[in-house]
Amino acid sequence: MNLEITTEEIDQKVFVNIKGEVDLYSSPEVRKKIFDLVKKKAPVILINLEKVKYMDSSGVATLIEGLQQCNKYNGRFALYGLQDNVREVFELTRLDKIFEIYSDRESALKN
Amino acid sequence: MVEPIIKIRDLHTQYGDKKVLKGINLDIYPYETFVILGRSGCGKSTLLRHLIGLQKPTQGYIYIKDNNFVTASEKEKNDILKNIGMLFQSSALFNSMTVGDNVALPLREHTPQPDSTIKIMTRMKLGLVGLSGFENFMPAELSGGMKKRAALARALAMDPEILFCDEPSAGLDPIVAVGIDNLILKLKKAFKMTIVVVTHELESVFVIADRIALLHEGEFIFVGTKDEMRRSEVPVVRQFLQRAPDEDDMDKDKFLNSLIGG
Ligand SMILES: Nc1ncnc2c1ncn2[C@@H]1O[C@H](COP(=O)(O)OP(=O)(O)O)[C@@H](O)[C@H]1O
Ligand SMILES: [Mg+2]
Repeated sequence: MNLEITTEEIDQKVFVNIKGEVDLYSSPEVRKKIFDLVKKKAPVILINLEKVKYMDSSGVATLIEGLQQCNKYNGRFALYGLQDNVREVFELTRLDKIFEIYSDRESALKN
Repeated sequence: MVEPIIKIRDLHTQYGDKKVLKGINLDIYPYETFVILGRSGCGKSTLLRHLIGLQKPTQGYIYIKDNNFVTASEKEKNDILKNIGMLFQSSALFNSMTVGDNVALPLREHTPQPDSTIKIMTRMKLGLVGLSGFENFMPAELSGGMKKRAALARALAMDPEILFCDEPSAGLDPIVAVGIDNLILKLKKAFKMTIVVVTHELESVFVIADRIALLHEGEFIFVGTKDEMRRSEVPVVRQFLQRAPDEDDMDKDKFLNSLIGG
């Protein structure tokens, strides 16, 4: 598998670190991790995409689902560290309007 | 040096005694929009069928990302095909299914995605082709141009690396046809995708192509950029450029068959 996901919890905030390519075959793993967290109603979920080289529309759709679930209990769901090509996908589909997106971990934490 | 994503080597095809492709060679590079131009009946659709493994050539090889498509096993072929989207000339939507189900079908069949994710992906793809809100329509309720868009959304369902389009604007009225060309342009920008279009319509070529090949009597008599094509002094290229749209454009075999065939 060319995908690794780890989570770390710091002060009630959960970081989901994703590394590799998020595509049709690997995005269900991302989904499982995120859904485990929303089931527990994690108040803050911060998705670290610094090490994601590629994300297809299944990856984007998966994040949309995470956001939607998190919104249901008024949790916070944000993305940070998008590489240029991943950021482009969000901009072209105008999803940058829906997500909270930050350049790095620090600015994601601040807000 | 960038390696070609598609390599065609010494490809021959004949139907009975009739030679359609006579030893063609071509390299297509990642992320380019490549247009194969030629009159009706010159073998464009035949070539596309070879490229997606639907029909074996009489002789020669096709490599897609270094996999030899001609000699590949069914399993290898299916793996290659997961990276390929195809827009057929006929649109080929399933008429008994909604537009949304048509787009979702390849995802349901070939990926481990759950229904809820597939639904979002389907809506994203329909939005991209300008068909937001049409997922519950039946194909019969759509105009010709909308069917093309729906078929394009389906071809894009799996986020393919390579998109093949067979005569994307044929049979559409000129304004609708321009809309499809613009859509292809937009896709080219939106996705890191190699796009191969075959067409007999010169107008759209100059809008969408990075490079062009002219297929004539079974051979590529020209391969190059738009500018190179405009400057070309090859007589057949000049003829093609000066020809009025669709003038003299007929498949002689088909025409004859329509008169004498059973
Ligand atoms: N299955 C077939 N059997 C016999 N002849 C065919 C078959 N398919 C196509 N042809 C003939 O081969 C030539 C090329 O056809 P095609 O690839 O459909 O051309 P194009 O797509 O450029 O119009 C035409 O003359 C056509 O009549
Ligand atoms: Mg054809």
